[in-house]
Amino acid sequence: MSAPVIRYIDEPHPVTGVTNGKFGLWLFLASEVMLFGALFSSYILLRVGAKSWPDGWERLNVPLATANTVVLITSSVTMVMAWVGCKLNDLGKFRFYMGITVALSFVFLVIKTIEYKPKFEHYQVYFYDGATIPGYEELTTITGHLEEDDFEKDYIVFAPDKKQPSQTLPDAEGHGDHDHAEGDHDDHGHGHYADPIQINRYDIKRLTNFGPAHSNFYAIYFTMTGLHGLHVIGGIVVNLYFLLFGAGMFRSNIAQFSNRIECAGLYWHFVDLVWIFLFPSIYLL
Amino acid sequence: MSDHEHHDPGFIRKYVFSVDHKVIGIQYTVTSLLFLLFGFGLMMIMRAQLAYPQGDFSFLERIFGEAGFVGGAMLPEFYNQLGAMHGTIMVFLGVVPLAVGGFGNYVMPLQIGAPDMAFPKLNMASYWVYLPGGLIMLSSFFVEGGAAQYGWTAYPPLANTQPEYLGQTLWLVGMVFLITSSLLGSVNFIVTIVQLRVKGLSFFRLPFFVWAQFITSFLLLLAFPPLEAAGVMQLMDRVAGTSFFMPDGLVIGGRPANVAGGGNPLLWQHLFWFLAHPEVYVLILPALGIVGEVIANNTRKPLWGYRSLVYSVIFLGFMSFIVWAHHMFMTGMGQTLSIFFQTTTMIISIPSVIILTALILSLWGGSIRFNVPMLFALSFLPMFGIGGLTGLPLGLAASDIQLHDTYYVIGHFHFVVAPGTLMALFAGIYYWYPKATGRMMNEMLGKLHWIGTLVFLNGVFIPMFVQGLAGVSRRLYDQTWYEHGKEVQNWTVASSWSAWLLGIAQIPFILNFFLSLRAGKKVGENPWHATTLEWAAPSPPPHGNFTSEPVVYRGPYEYSVPGDSEDYSPQFVQKA
Amino acid sequence: MGGHTVEEIKKEVRVYITVFVSLLVLSIATVLVSKLDVSMTVAVIIGMAIASLKGTLVACYFMHLISEKKAIYAVLIITVLFFAVLMALPLMDYQSNEAFTGRA
Repeated sequence: MSAPVIRYIDEPHPVTGVTNGKFGLWLFLASEVMLFGALFSSYILLRVGAKSWPDGWERLNVPLATANTVVLITSSVTMVMAWVGCKLNDLGKFRFYMGITVALSFVFLVIKTIEYKPKFEHYQVYFYDGATIPGYEELTTITGHLEEDDFEKDYIVFAPDKKQPSQTLPDAEGHGDHDHAEGDHDDHGHGHYADPIQINRYDIKRLTNFGPAHSNFYAIYFTMTGLHGLHVIGGIVVNLYFLLFGAGMFRSNIAQFSNRIECAGLYWHFVDLVWIFLFPSIYLL
Repeated sequence: MSDHEHHDPGFIRKYVFSVDHKVIGIQYTVTSLLFLLFGFGLMMIMRAQLAYPQGDFSFLERIFGEAGFVGGAMLPEFYNQLGAMHGTIMVFLGVVPLAVGGFGNYVMPLQIGAPDMAFPKLNMASYWVYLPGGLIMLSSFFVEGGAAQYGWTAYPPLANTQPEYLGQTLWLVGMVFLITSSLLGSVNFIVTIVQLRVKGLSFFRLPFFVWAQFITSFLLLLAFPPLEAAGVMQLMDRVAGTSFFMPDGLVIGGRPANVAGGGNPLLWQHLFWFLAHPEVYVLILPALGIVGEVIANNTRKPLWGYRSLVYSVIFLGFMSFIVWAHHMFMTGMGQTLSIFFQTTTMIISIPSVIILTALILSLWGGSIRFNVPMLFALSFLPMFGIGGLTGLPLGLAASDIQLHDTYYVIGHFHFVVAPGTLMALFAGIYYWYPKATGRMMNEMLGKLHWIGTLVFLNGVFIPMFVQGLAGVSRRLYDQTWYEHGKEVQNWTVASSWSAWLLGIAQIPFILNFFLSLRAGKKVGENPWHATTLEWAAPSPPPHGNFTSEPVVYRGPYEYSVPGDSEDYSPQFVQKA
Repeated sequence: MGGHTVEEIKKEVRVYITVFVSLLVLSIATVLVSKLDVSMTVAVIIGMAIASLKGTLVACYFMHLISEKKAIYAVLIITVLFFAVLMALPLMDYQSNEAFTGRA
């Protein structure tokens, strides 16, 4: 007897009606549901328990996220078309649609990077009670651009945003004011910023960029979209593999190959599905 | 596989990066036994500090250096590292990989008549994710600040303090590896059991061990991801400075913590116990499965109430997901919730009692063979019973308030896992060793191992109930600081000496394990005259397991069938 | 799954395109609806309803759940059960806080 023959790899099991791969993939997706479920659950718990929670559409870049939604949905339909290509035994069609799927996944990541980047370059300073900052006496915190942060010196140089977040009336700002979404200063010039000021370190209670450490809103945002982004990267690896090295199996064993593409597709649609829930719950609510 | 027809796969492919479930099972077994020994070693050092809190440990200082000792005294930080890593290693690197990765991998495909797991490469990957995960955890002993020291439960905000030290961070990274490994494993197990059973092997002809592994796999599959999510969040807290588990107004070391705040430490506890309670059943179900196999084989009669056993295990699996908050009665939980979780906790004890009762009733009227696996399996029953019964006061909030976080809790869960599960795992090793190696283990050394283990395990853990009832908190570095601790210090000394003697009692096992590889009596396919499918394969089974594909004709435990010439009717033998 | 003849596959492709267009429309809708000035509760209900509708479309048609085998449904039913428990978790914390702080 040679290497063991494992059944039901390319033909479905007579009782369950599914192949090993497909059944295994669904089990894997079940565990993924629990993984993202735990994060969603934590999100709800933290948000309900929070004293205040910012509005996603004010802080985050909704147009970019909407574009990404369209990108991901499109990649989902091209993925299923690539599978149709396998079913029709049409290698050209498979390659065409799989190519688009992979390209769109890269587009998704590029847009994501554009979305992330300004948040790490935009800062917020919180002052101790009683600290007075010339020109900003009324405020306990200001946002803006960190011009200089030299640990040798006992002050930082900070260019505040011209428009500061309203502090007396948290809801006073108009809803849907995307131009001044706090994290989204794409413009690196000083168009948005007032003249730089010096702030003494002993006045600073906390200095943070709009990265995950800023607040639980950003922590949730970066953790959930970041984990989703990792899943996108995983999908790219799998799909690229089939695109580049799949032709041999396409020709030799088309049945098993289309099973594999179906499984890769299931995973990819799941990544899409997670995004479908992430998008409204983080960006829009 | 016959090596004559195929070119030899080479040492690396055959023994290191093997895709054969049996080789992977043995890799898991040996690795996890080493981890168990290591975790046990950590505990023996802890016991020195506990028994002789002001003692002079210069001999240990010579081994461990200044990281853990100053002037012959053990540093409290080092003591905490030992405790946290003992728990983590024993649970996540020792018992689960041995019970599921080791026994599950080796025995389960054989018992269902499959040539291998459904995804052999995934199986290999699962081991090769587990091992680095374990090594990452161990490596944390060598970084600045030492290993994780916040207990195996890693409760924040404490576990989030000192992010500059790598210990806890490595712990979390290691956990992510281990969780990934379990996920790969559990997907593989479930698919294999559902898809690859041989002809005739319906679900209710499955050996009880396979059922136990099946339910265990579902628990791993669905309960581990929430902990993975929690682990990622704690990692973010430590590495990226987020505040998932850091509440408002937190003061660390006299200074306000430089974090945003607004997090919820209880969130970690919820997510942690959402895993960790099903994890208790991950630890215990495979053990029950092994005991079932060994008892049926050595009483020479069918398991009593096979169907009730199976339904109980399924019910246990479901219920284990809705009892987790009984670990959290002391967190200011509301009445309604508390009552809900007390009720579910009492309900989940019912299937456990059914299982234990069925196993004990299986003994009734049997002609028992008192060989080594049976001795271990028999001693499992009362040990697990004690572990279960002592858990009842902890499941009721009123008594839990007294006992929470005392040595009583330590005694309770160790009775379930150490004299309980470990006894069963030893039974499994003695029972399937001939299958894996083709040789028997030595009976004399085995009995020596058994009696030493049984006596000293009890010696270690019974004193803990006394200490706990006296009110001694767990995780104390020196209980003699307190009057009530001083009074029961003698029990601690007794417990420590038992632990060290328990270490000595393992020497016959280690000798037996290695010597029998060469000196053990050679056996054929079915040395125990057992009925399940693994005994249809040669000992040891070749790559691909069976010389010809078996067919199943009957249930798993048809021993002493009236009218048969022999006292066992294997599943794979067709009789008129 | 089906789809053995070219004719059947073409029919399937038409379904995929229809689903795709519906998803696009729903995505735009969810953004537009979010600009309405409604209470948080209503916004959550609307947002999650649209997301669930989109999710159902993806799961049923792209992932073929509409005509899947029983084994897969069984796995999913178990998952949904435990997922529901997981989603009840924030509720537990809410109840705990209430006991502690009397917060409504």
